[in-house]
Amino acid sequence: MRISHPTTVDDALATVTDETQFLAGGTDLMVEVNLGHRDPTDVMALRRIEELHTWEGNRIGSGVTWRRIERDGPKGLAEAARTVGSPQIRNAGTIGGNVATASPAGDGLPFLAAVDASIELRSSSGTRSLPWHQFFLGVKKTARRHDELIISVTLPEALPDRQAFGKVGVRNAMVIATVCCVVTRDTDGATHVALGSVAPTTMRATQAEEMISSISSPTDSDMTEFARLVGSEVKPITDHRSTEEYRRHASGVLARRLLERCLK
Amino acid sequence: MIVSFIVNGEEVAPRVSAPTSLLDVLRDELNLPGSKSACEQGECGSCSVILDGELVCSCLVMAADAEGSEVVTVEGLGEGAIHPVQQAMHEAGAVQCGFCTPGFVVAAANLFAANAHPTSAEIKEALAGNICRCTGYGAIIRAFQGLSDQTS
Repeated sequence: MRISHPTTVDDALATVTDETQFLAGGTDLMVEVNLGHRDPTDVMALRRIEELHTWEGNRIGSGVTWRRIERDGPKGLAEAARTVGSPQIRNAGTIGGNVATASPAGDGLPFLAAVDASIELRSSSGTRSLPWHQFFLGVKKTARRHDELIISVTLPEALPDRQAFGKVGVRNAMVIATVCCVVTRDTDGATHVALGSVAPTTMRATQAEEMISSISSPTDSDMTEFARLVGSEVKPITDHRSTEEYRRHASGVLARRLLERCLK
Repeated sequence: MIVSFIVNGEEVAPRVSAPTSLLDVLRDELNLPGSKSACEQGECGSCSVILDGELVCSCLVMAADAEGSEVVTVEGLGEGAIHPVQQAMHEAGAVQCGFCTPGFVVAAANLFAANAHPTSAEIKEALAGNICRCTGYGAIIRAFQGLSDQTS
């Protein structure tokens, strides 16, 4: 096995080959290596690239760890960060790694979907920025080309006033979500609902959004209808972590609770 | 390849041939078996070490990426004497089978280095990445709560 430790993005991109396996925090890749599912022969370690640790305003470098986001991130993302793995995982795992892995259960991803974040990619032939919904294509499948490095995650300049994250799982720490959800609400009522672990990619519940955004002071029956719509829009499967039926139910309950938090 | 880094203050340069973990290199090449190998998925925390000042699972660190880094393992705590968190666990009877203990010791030492008087909630959150399958959490939390109170 070969490993390189570039210190600049330019150096990294100049030496990428078809075989290159990028390594950031290692919290996803090394699990696969330890289980014998992956045996990379050409590794490029990214943690020494200063530019990837840069966080300026709404542009979060891909190498920023969940620990930093837990401390300094916008409310909805910081709340999500606090539930990523454990302290040990948050000290190593990065937002770029979460995006690159593109797990349906990625805890950081619903916030990115809720605020319409974009992903900045760079290769030796140039830079492009993709909105989240064009980047995430399926279960652990993204639009990133093999020679592209994820440089940053860019949030909109103005974020919604109210943001809330919630996660359902079998225990409090170190758990992969059964359902995770972000609800945001702006002063004009515009409401976004994004959910993870209930579809091949992180998704938005657009019918529920449309219904609740037009109501300035939702009543109890509005909230019930909102929860019903969320539960009907998600596309969960039954797997070893939960059932389709429970995930639908939990999606509605969770989204409603988070909306209530946003309305307080 | 040869990977050069510092473990517990000493320079080491083990030969590493595969994308093996820092944990395996510590245990098998460097004769430091204090960090335990259990889940190998970052779930149990029994392999916790401090890498460049941050608490991490050594099973999820690629050994070849430790080049130039500074690692502290459970063997490197306490500078030859018993570390206060070890003393606290000893006194509180916070060890049952002992397999998770080194991970708890490293995580707690890392916590107390940053915060001498953690609250019970802070202790629980800091140790959330360490699993004790004897379910000895009560005594473990009491040990560190006692240490927090004692040093106040």
